[in-house]
Amino acid sequence: MENTFDEFLIKRRHEWNNTAIKFSLVMLGVLLCSYYVGLFDISRLSDGVPSLISLMGEMIPPDFSQAKDWIKPLLDTVAMSIAGTALAVTISIPLAFLAAHNTTPNAMVYRVARGTLNTLRAVPELIMGILFVAAVGFGALPGVLALGLHSIGMVGKFFAEAIEHVDEAPVEAARAAGATPLQVIMHGVFPQVLPQMADISVYRWEYNFRASTVMGMVGAGGIGFELMGSLRIMQYQDVSAILLVILVMVTLVDSFSGYLRKRFK
Amino acid sequence: MISLKNVSVSFPGGVVALQPVNLELRRGEFTVLLGASGAGKSTLLRSLNYLNKPTTGNIIAEGLGDLNNRKVLHQHRQQTGMIFQQHQLIGRQTALSNVLLGRIGYHSFFRSLFPLPDAEQRIALECLERVGLLHKALERADCLSGGQQQRVGIARALAQRPKLLLADEPIASLDPTTSTKVLSLLRRICREDDITAVVSLHQVEFAKEYADRIIALSQGHIVFDSAPENLNTSTLESIYEAPKNEGGPSHPVMASPALAY
Ligand SMILES: Nc1ncnc2c1ncn2[C@@H]1O[C@H](COP(=O)(O)OP(=O)(O)O)[C@@H](O)[C@H]1O
Ligand SMILES: [Mg+2]
Repeated sequence: MENTFDEFLIKRRHEWNNTAIKFSLVMLGVLLCSYYVGLFDISRLSDGVPSLISLMGEMIPPDFSQAKDWIKPLLDTVAMSIAGTALAVTISIPLAFLAAHNTTPNAMVYRVARGTLNTLRAVPELIMGILFVAAVGFGALPGVLALGLHSIGMVGKFFAEAIEHVDEAPVEAARAAGATPLQVIMHGVFPQVLPQMADISVYRWEYNFRASTVMGMVGAGGIGFELMGSLRIMQYQDVSAILLVILVMVTLVDSFSGYLRKRFK
Repeated sequence: MISLKNVSVSFPGGVVALQPVNLELRRGEFTVLLGASGAGKSTLLRSLNYLNKPTTGNIIAEGLGDLNNRKVLHQHRQQTGMIFQQHQLIGRQTALSNVLLGRIGYHSFFRSLFPLPDAEQRIALECLERVGLLHKALERADCLSGGQQQRVGIARALAQRPKLLLADEPIASLDPTTSTKVLSLLRRICREDDITAVVSLHQVEFAKEYADRIIALSQGHIVFDSAPENLNTSTLESIYEAPKNEGGPSHPVMASPALAY
């Protein structure tokens, strides 16, 4: 009896030692990285403090005198985020059905669809913004294309995952009732994933609104364009005012999207 | 009505769930498939509309032809209603929408994207009325009780205006009182509409009470096929004493993904 107990205790001690070693290794890696990027360079950091403080000083008080000029860029930003999300959702729906293993016509199509999603997700939206500005010129349009295309990567992947988790039972019932494969998808699968799709889309809209505020920095329209302009001419009181406006807008969009998403449950 | 010639079903991995059978299902007959869990009831039943495609043999639907033919299979499925153990409804849709699913096989993909014509909605409502659930038509399916959900499942099958009705353990998740109600309802409707029914059950008592014909299965073999009054204790023993097939899934497993046909 005693011996078997001992065995358990020894095993337990080994497990504990293993965990401790793994944890130490992770910590070591974290410390090395921090040192490498200069996070422990105290003198450089402390030199930065005064300039940061003076910068903050220049931002106060925020200057809203230009506020009238921000209305259109703000509307651009809202429109960009909505149109970009709509573009992403429209393309994501068919792509997701090809990228879900229970609805894809064959393995080859599945791999191509998944590959497309991964590629789109891998290219950051700012890079896409730069590319589209070069292609179609400044303004909201390149912003919409960049947000839309990049979003497909994530929206399509989440849609596909929702599709893969549908209850197969009603799907089989539809097939048994003589529904064609397309009808099975339309009437057996789609109604089941609709709430999740709405939820994912609204969440992505919220994300795209935040992302579209920086799109202007590469010339792709919206409030970020104004922000960049004020930064360039060092009007820090304007900068802080714009940042406050963005903060308010983001908060509004977040709570509205939270309200919408609750209704989809 | 439908005849099976040398039909056998094996699953990937080599399980022969159904040994070759020859069988003739006659019009208007209420047949009960009886057998222990794992005996092959679901497999046989699901082969009757090719949800499990036979590995060997042919199934001929009277007036249509061999189910191997895509077109024949489509027509056969249109006129074959199916009722499942777990009702298989879409929970967040209304009872009516679920019943209407039984009608889409009669429409083209494009037409089915729009609300079906009033005549179709009427058929669906009429079917809900027959199972006594007209007043629940616009309620979400997941708000109904188990027995009510099963009745919506029956209404969906009836909405197809079926000639053949397949029911796989339709009462397995119901209490005895509800079971009696559901089985009586099923048999009454089949009598009234002259529908051929194949119902799998594992309770001998229910089988004896409701069947015109009992087909008993044991380990993929048909061990009895006759009227219920010919079922005696020795046959019953042979059905249930056989070693149970352990390890296999107790629920029917989806054999193919949604796009398979
Ligand atoms: N999809 C499947 N894949 C592999 N084996 C299966 C599958 N479905 C059923 N089986 C096996 O086939 C046999 C018969 O199963 P089934 O027809 O479901 O029996 P019953 O409905 O009488 O309980 C069982 O041994 C079961 O494990
Ligand atoms: Mg079964």
